[in-house]
Amino acid sequence: MEIKVLGPGCANCKNMEALVKKAVQELILDVKIDKVSDMQEIMKYTMATPGLVVNGKLKHAGMPLPSIEKVKEIIKEEV
Amino acid sequence: MLKELAEYITYNIIHLEKSSPFADALIFFIYDTIKIFLLLSVIIFVVSIIRSYFPPEKTRQILSHKKQFMGNIFAALLGVATPFCSCSAVPLFIGFVEAGIPLGITLSFLIASPMVNEIAVVLLWGLFGWKVTSIYIGTGLFIAITGGFIIGKLKLEKWIEPYVYQIHIGQGQALINKTFRERIQYAKTNTKDILKRIWLFIIIAIGIGGFIHGYVPENFLTQYAGPQNPFAVPVAVALGVPLYASAAGVIPIVYALVEKGLSIGTVLAFMMAVTALSLPEMIILRKVLKVQLLGVFVGILTVAIITVGYLFNIIL
Repeated sequence: MEIKVLGPGCANCKNMEALVKKAVQELILDVKIDKVSDMQEIMKYTMATPGLVVNGKLKHAGMPLPSIEKVKEIIKEEV
Repeated sequence: MLKELAEYITYNIIHLEKSSPFADALIFFIYDTIKIFLLLSVIIFVVSIIRSYFPPEKTRQILSHKKQFMGNIFAALLGVATPFCSCSAVPLFIGFVEAGIPLGITLSFLIASPMVNEIAVVLLWGLFGWKVTSIYIGTGLFIAITGGFIIGKLKLEKWIEPYVYQIHIGQGQALINKTFRERIQYAKTNTKDILKRIWLFIIIAIGIGGFIHGYVPENFLTQYAGPQNPFAVPVAVALGVPLYASAAGVIPIVYALVEKGLSIGTVLAFMMAVTALSLPEMIILRKVLKVQLLGVFVGILTVAIITVGYLFNIIL
């Protein structure tokens, strides 16, 4: 399983990363979270940051951030 | 009705002396706080629902078939309807340029979006009334359209950072179509999110506004910031540049200052500088625009905003 958080590094992107980390911890999964800040890589998926990509699929893009429950749901779908 | 409620709380529940400066300030504070939070909740909710129909991918698709001028008008309007966090300005810019949208049209979008944002509009409406707000929206869109159009005519594409053209994008992945229930949910989350971020600023600002209202003498500022002083507008614009993050907190204070002699044209110019000429926004745009182009962009916006200030100081 592969999780990517897309964002050039603004406050919202950092919040998104923290949120995903917490969700993974709470689900007791051992998954590495990739923080992607390279524009070329981000643009493959979306123009609206922050983005969340699970197993190569874009699951969330832009503001507002999803709730932690929503993030857990997204991750569980792909486990 | 809200006014009576505020007066009732001040005189009958807290038992303040009638028409004392403190009572005046408190009424102003209670009334504005209730009114503004009601307006903010309703408007942000409605705007969020509209925005859920315009993800950046769709906006890009609409704009990619548009020619100059009509394209600038569409871009400015879509700039208001498309949500993005300021750090998305870079990927949006790259995405637009890659899709063949002309530079001028892309910039119309990027000027209108922060300038005509829902928080500024609600606060202006709640405090200054619909007339000033429509003037603000109208001139804001006008500046975005003409500013982008002029930059388009100047053919400054050579001053876009070259790496922008080297990034190759796929179609992007469109997110799954939303159901109406999901849109409502999205709007709810967004409204809560925004209110959570700005409520404290706004309450403090209304507090300061209330204090100014009650204690600062009438016409205190007329001499310095009234329509007669030619320097008021440029100074207001310069002051607005570093204030972006606190746009929400600035308006209630500015409103209180209007009663003390600050003129409306100056207020409009100041608000536009706060939202559209902000320093953080410029730093973000510098990542895709060379210094020369950023200079032209800032120059055109500054001239346009100052002109708006003078114009409305004369006619209002």
